[in-house]
Amino acid sequence: MAFIPLFIALPLFSAFLIPILGKIYKPLVWLLSTAVAFVLFVLALYGVAVSQEISMVVYKMGNWPPPLGIVMAYDSFSAFMVLVISIIVFACSMFSLRFLSTYTGNWKFYTLLMLMTAGMMGIVITGDLFNMFVFLEIAALSSYALVAFGLKGEQLEASFKYIVMGEIAGLIFLLTIALIYAKTSTLNLADISTALQFAKNTTFFWMTLGMLLFAFSIKAALVPFHSWLLDAYPAAPAPISSLLAGICTKVFGIYTSARIIFNIFGLSRANDPLFFNFLIGLGLLSIIFAGVTAFSQNDYKRLLAYSSISQVGFILLGFGIGNYYGVLGAILFILAHSLAKGLLFLTSGSVVHSAGTTDIKKLSGLGERMSTTAWSFRIGALSVIGMPPLIGFFAKLFIIIGAIKAGFLWIAIAAGVLSLLSLGYLLRIENNVFMKKGKSEAKPAPFTMRVAMVLLVVLIVLVGVGYQTIVDYIAGPAAHALLRGLEYSHMVFNYFSMSF
Amino acid sequence: MIVFASCIILFLIGLYAIVTKRNLIKIAIGFVLIEYAVNLFFALVGFKKGALAPIITKLDTPHNFVDPIPQALVLTAIVIGLATTALMLTVILRIYDRYKTFDIAEIKRLKG
Repeated sequence: MAFIPLFIALPLFSAFLIPILGKIYKPLVWLLSTAVAFVLFVLALYGVAVSQEISMVVYKMGNWPPPLGIVMAYDSFSAFMVLVISIIVFACSMFSLRFLSTYTGNWKFYTLLMLMTAGMMGIVITGDLFNMFVFLEIAALSSYALVAFGLKGEQLEASFKYIVMGEIAGLIFLLTIALIYAKTSTLNLADISTALQFAKNTTFFWMTLGMLLFAFSIKAALVPFHSWLLDAYPAAPAPISSLLAGICTKVFGIYTSARIIFNIFGLSRANDPLFFNFLIGLGLLSIIFAGVTAFSQNDYKRLLAYSSISQVGFILLGFGIGNYYGVLGAILFILAHSLAKGLLFLTSGSVVHSAGTTDIKKLSGLGERMSTTAWSFRIGALSVIGMPPLIGFFAKLFIIIGAIKAGFLWIAIAAGVLSLLSLGYLLRIENNVFMKKGKSEAKPAPFTMRVAMVLLVVLIVLVGVGYQTIVDYIAGPAAHALLRGLEYSHMVFNYFSMSF
Repeated sequence: MIVFASCIILFLIGLYAIVTKRNLIKIAIGFVLIEYAVNLFFALVGFKKGALAPIITKLDTPHNFVDPIPQALVLTAIVIGLATTALMLTVILRIYDRYKTFDIAEIKRLKG
């Protein structure tokens, strides 16, 4: 299956083509990055179609067989993540054209955006632990630079905090790789998972898992380690906050930890209930702490940043429940969160672009002046709150069903009640910014910005209405891919690939 | 064993610098120290006392080679570390341009 490396090669190649094009004719840069994102989206759809028939596609780099060479293992969960990444990158790239008109050196922005895309695609496709580290660093480095893109004092400060936290996570990850290599003498994920079964339940096993989880929860901004996110999201340019909130933390933190917990370390609810209860605890901590703190925020983007921490808690809760419905709910939640939170951050960008501030005390009367933005915000907010028939509702519904089936009635009730928190804090924005009457000079958002927002609105509604199709063809197989557990390594080794 | 212990000591010195120092440049140096510690540890993983360089000259010689893979990985990690350190120092210099200080106690326009 020769299309798999394209997910990484296309954005990587265009990242280095963009500086050259920027010298020739500036608008080409935007066109190229948006076109690449669209091609990736089409490829991702093709990839989903392929994954219906072959549940694990292995691509051998340079035709070296798995334990020796580096492989790319593309299963249904990777297919799902690739699809979500490409959608959000497309919307952000589309949105950036007019948003960046006030910045200089635009081609640098698109270069970094494409590098970040390449890194994220790499993380979700690779089947090699060290490779994962390298891609993680590529994506993280570009995101540090993008947070500081405006070069104002606050942005640099936020970027520095993000670098400090992110690099601690990166170095701990590298140290863990060294430990794992010392024990198993391999870096291939499938091979590691076979080797680790001989060390199951030893101190080494739990220590490496703990270190990996520590690193990934910094990257995912779970509650004890969330401080970098609160500065980074408000400071970054809006398309980048949208990308960071929508997909980055999910790929850096949630995808990696889910893959490692289920497929590599081979844990399951039935065998290790204590560990999964710990995940539920971490999830609830994030939901409650960030949800409550969000009420006292007066900055549009900072409020959304708190909201995103609380939503990541829900995803972790779903994985912690650990049965099919819980995991399915968590996976649908990744999709729902990416679309909705991506959209909400794009509306914040459009508000900044037109009104020049993100302080919700100073903003008013934008509901009439910027009706597309206002309605996009409402749909996105409704999806976050969990209004049927939008996708956010089904994600929460499956998590709650999972909790009931696993016998955690109180978690099901808590998840339902805690969603009301998001209703509360999102209403603050709605009331202050869009509903409140007031004089406003704001112009409506430019055309490309509106296209990007409307695209995400349409997707939220479509995916919500057609949730059965999504569950059957995309999210369901992804959940099965995770719950397959240690089968993962057999599938990688048994795949007789036809590379080239 | 002493070499491994020295890795840990180096790591802890770096961590100490990051946690307690108020000067941005010293924090960056702390990161560099941690990175050296991790790289050194990784290189030591592949080390065997009295082993040969991993070059096969005759197929019938007994194989007692140093593991070459950690060395290749450490090279990659060093390059990544270079990029991170460069970016971090660039950001620090830009912060100095804006705030005219390297002291983190005085750089706090942000709340969180």
